[in-house]
Formats: sequence, structure tokens, C-alpha cells
Amino acid sequence: MNPQSTLPPTPAALPPTTGDPNAAGGRGSKGPRSEVRLFAGLGHVALAVWAVIVIVPILWTFLAAFKNTSEIFSSPWTLPAELRWENFGRAWTKANIGRYFLNSVIVVSCSTFLTMLLGSMAAYVLARYKFWGNRAVYFLFVSGLAFPVFLALVPLFFVVKNLGLLDTHTGVVLVYSAYSLPFTVFFLAAFFKTLPSSVAEAGMIDGCGHTRLFFQVMMPMAKPGLISVAIFNIIGQWAQYQLPLVLLSNAKDKWVLTQGIADISVNAGYEADWSGLFAALTIAILPMIIVYAVFQRQIQAGLTSGAVK
Amino acid sequence: MRHGKYPFVIGFLIAPVALYVTFVIWPYAQAFWISMTNWRGLSAPQFVGFDNYRRLLDDGAFWKAVQHHGVLLLALPLITIAIALFFAFQLNVGGKSSGGQRQGVWGAKFYRVVFFFPQVLAVAIIAVLFQMVYRPNESGLINGVLMKFGLDPVLFLVKPNLALWSIIAVLVWQAVGFYVVLFSAGMASIPGEIYEAAEMDGASKVTLFFRVTLPLLWDTLQVAWVYLGIAAFDCFAIVAVLSVDGGGPDGATTVLAMEIYRNAFVYSKYGYASAMGVALFFLTITFAALTLRLTKRESVEY
Repeated sequence: MNPQSTLPPTPAALPPTTGDPNAAGGRGSKGPRSEVRLFAGLGHVALAVWAVIVIVPILWTFLAAFKNTSEIFSSPWTLPAELRWENFGRAWTKANIGRYFLNSVIVVSCSTFLTMLLGSMAAYVLARYKFWGNRAVYFLFVSGLAFPVFLALVPLFFVVKNLGLLDTHTGVVLVYSAYSLPFTVFFLAAFFKTLPSSVAEAGMIDGCGHTRLFFQVMMPMAKPGLISVAIFNIIGQWAQYQLPLVLLSNAKDKWVLTQGIADISVNAGYEADWSGLFAALTIAILPMIIVYAVFQRQIQAGLTSGAVK
Repeated sequence: MRHGKYPFVIGFLIAPVALYVTFVIWPYAQAFWISMTNWRGLSAPQFVGFDNYRRLLDDGAFWKAVQHHGVLLLALPLITIAIALFFAFQLNVGGKSSGGQRQGVWGAKFYRVVFFFPQVLAVAIIAVLFQMVYRPNESGLINGVLMKFGLDPVLFLVKPNLALWSIIAVLVWQAVGFYVVLFSAGMASIPGEIYEAAEMDGASKVTLFFRVTLPLLWDTLQVAWVYLGIAAFDCFAIVAVLSVDGGGPDGATTVLAMEIYRNAFVYSKYGYASAMGVALFFLTITFAALTLRLTKRESVEY
């Protein structure tokens, strides 16, 4: 990025926008000014409208979670007459949201940990050691980025089944980790390459072994990259729906949150327990808002890191 | 780094490679083979050559799904990128310029935080949320309002020609914030002097956008297009949860992922489902290659 280098010729070649002699100065002229104001005004309105479009459905869900069914039908836009906390109790215990939530936490924390451990080990070795087959292994990992998961869905189901891991959290954790490896390795290998080798060499001279060097020197140095990928993986794995649907279909007590909510929404239709569904949705969304509010910067950086690289 | 390099390298690679080959590479390889068999899960699979692929060509549901991917592939990136670009420009360049420093409009930070939030939510959760928003009676967010004003409710998910667009709207709702942040990062790296020089020459905001921002953002736009295109080839969670009986009404919103899931895990047609998976794979690869080829142009250095 060098500001002195060539530019597209367009800006300099622009004709003056008005006949006004001040037009060359840009700011003094009438035409662009009013245009600017109109554009900015329109833009402001559009921004505000979009913010409303994003916020209102979520807010509306939170409100409906405190209503009863007749209120949901008769006055969807008003505040609830009273705060019916029992809706949440029903969602948490009877509809098993508590169970599903806990399952999601267990699965995602295990699989993210495993992904980060295995991914950073592989990425480190591939980025910083020369050995026969290095490129082949690297491309094996990275090629996984090009394949849609749905291509593998049928055989994957049978691989997991034959290993006796169907309807277990272990199976889901292993599968999540395996499918997170391509991006993790791709991203972290690039990151490890940028770390200075002087520190590693100093460590080696001090008699530090390869393994200790990795865990005690390189991992702490790679922290910013590790955090970005970890966030990327946590959010991706938390949102998974198709894999648990296939791998946990017969063990309802092992279901993760996305599955559970989708199932409750089907049942809410039969039981007409809409307030319970809204409460369940609130329980699923609220923690994400809190986490997002706290780690907003890191989350934005983590999720966009794949595209910016 | 000499002593004991190979044991260390192997020790570090063995677990990740084993896990990856077992659960990713091996299933992918098998998928191509299974797609050439008539496997239904009970007896051993029999090789049938390209029979499954020939049947695909006559399968109405398959073609419907492919057609929907075509619509998604055009609509999703176009709408999302257009909205996100407009907002990103507003947030970064839309405001006054003071001392050559480009500024976004007032409240830019707030908007960026709010817009991005849906990205954090799981698609399945969003799908359930919008089921509520789209509900066809007074309890729906939108129809509740319409009916208050004495209007007829709109059957968003039930009308065949409206259902797919209702789903696209939700996908756009979720995606815009991500691309606003992505484009903002791209715009922030465009040096302020360029804008200043252009403004000196009397360029308006609109001109700035089309002749400075857009060309200099080309690489980011390309990435965005590929990302959204790949997203358009998935759409399983949203269709499975939001649409009427998984891809309905009457297949009006079905996508390949939905058909693969249905054929494999409802009808146990594993061979046939795998053939669809292979078709999906080639469609995705073709799209990515075509996009990168067609949008290739000299990137502007600055």
C-alpha cells in the first residue's frame, strides 16, 4: 500500500460539476453541497431503518417471551401485561432447553479445544519445518476448503456409525474438529510463517526441545492469531445444524441447542405453546448478545479474518 | 533445528492427519464411489455406473433445486453486496471531511455493532425467529401489523412464488452486517489523500463512490461474491427449518442440500443422494472457478 503509486485516472479527469467558477474548489459550490446533504440524509434514514429491521424482530421475541398465548395473538405489538417468568421455566425444563444448552456448551468447548490443539500443531509443523511431503500434507488440509460438507454426508454417517460413535458427543466433537481443520490449518500456517525465527533459534540454543519450544514460546507468540481462529470456530460450531441432525438423530437427550430449538418450533405448533417457544428463543439469543457486547471487537475481527487474509 | 526433527514432525502431524483423513478425506473419496452404486444401506452396494446421474436428469425435484440455486446465486450476492456497500460507504466516507480526514456519519460505530449482530446467531435459530415474524395470522410480527390496519395477511412462506424470496430476505438480513464490516475494513485502507484529491477536483459523494471507492475495493468485492455464492449453495439450515415441510410448499424452496438429506436419511437412497452430492460439488467448484476467472481484472495498487 503505497499512496504515491499509480491511481486510476478518473478523479483528476472529472469535469467540474457546475458552471460556477468556485466549482473547482468543490466545497464552495452549490450543486455538490445540496447533493451531499441529500445523499447523507437519505443514507442516515436508510441506516436507521436497517438498524430497526435488525433490532425489532429480536426485541419483539423478547417481549413475546413474557406474554401468554392470547396476548401474543391479540396484541403482538404491546408490552406484556405482566412478566410471566414461568414461560422461561417451562422452556428450560419441560422443553429441555437447559439440557440442549448444556450439550452445546460441552460439545463446542471440547471440539474447539481439540480443533485449536490439533490445528495449531499441524499448522506449526507445516509452516516452520522442511520435510519430505510437507506440501502434500498442507494441500491435503487446504483442499478441504473447496468441498461442500453435503458431498460427504452419507459416507460420513456410516464412518461414524461403524466406529460406534453415532448418537454420542464424542462422535460430534471429532467430526466438528475434523471439518474445522482446513480453515484452522490454512489460517494458522500463514500466521506461524510471519513469526520471527530469531526467538525460536535462541530457544533452541538454550537447549529447548521442539515440543517445549512450541508450547512455551511459539504458542504465546501466536496468541492474536489463535484467538481469531478460536472465535471463528466457536461461532461456526455453535451454529452447526446439519451435522448434529445427522449424527445425533436418535438420542434426544444429546441434542444441541440449534436442533432443540428447531424441534420445539415444530412442537409448539401442535401444543400451541407459543410463549414457551418465544422464551426458548430468548434463552438462545440473549447469551449471544451478552457475549457479543463484551467481545464485539474480537468477534468481528475473528469472523472476518478469513476473508481479509 | 536438526536433532530429532522427524520424530517431532511425525508426532505433531499424526493425530491431526489421522482425524482429518478418517472423517473428511475418506468420506469424500467414498462419496464418488457410492454415487455409482444402488446402495440402500441393507445389502452390499452394487455398481450401477452412471445410472444415478441419468436419473438425476429426469428428477423434477433436482432441477427445481438447481433452479433455486440459480436464483439464490444471483439474488443473494447482488442484494447483499449492494446494501452492504451503500451502508459501508455511509459509515466510512458519508460524513463531513475535516482536515482531509474522512469521517463516517454520526453513530457509525453503533450501526456497525448492531448490523453485525445477526452474524453471531445460528442460522437455525434465525430460521425459527423468522417463522414467528412471518406467521400468517395476528401473531406474526408483520401480519400482526397488516391486520391491525385491516389488510389481508401475506402468506410469506405458503405462497409458492413468495416463499423463496421470503427466505432470501432472511439470508440478506443476516449477511449484510458481515459485509458492512468487511467492506469497511477495505475502505479504511484506502488512503484519505485520494478522496481529498478527488474532492478538490469537484467530485461529489456519488462520484467518489463509483470512481474511487468501488474500483479500489474490487478485490474485497470478489471475495464477498465468492463467499455469498458458496453460501447460496448450502442454505440447508434455513430451508429445513423455515420453509413449509422442508423445501415446500411443493418444492418451491427446495435446495440440493435438502434433497440430499431427504434422499439419504428419509428414503435411504444412499447411492442417489451421493450422486446429488457429487453434482453439488461440481456446481460449487464451477461457480468458484468461473467467478474468479470472470471477475479477474488488474487490481489497482495504492
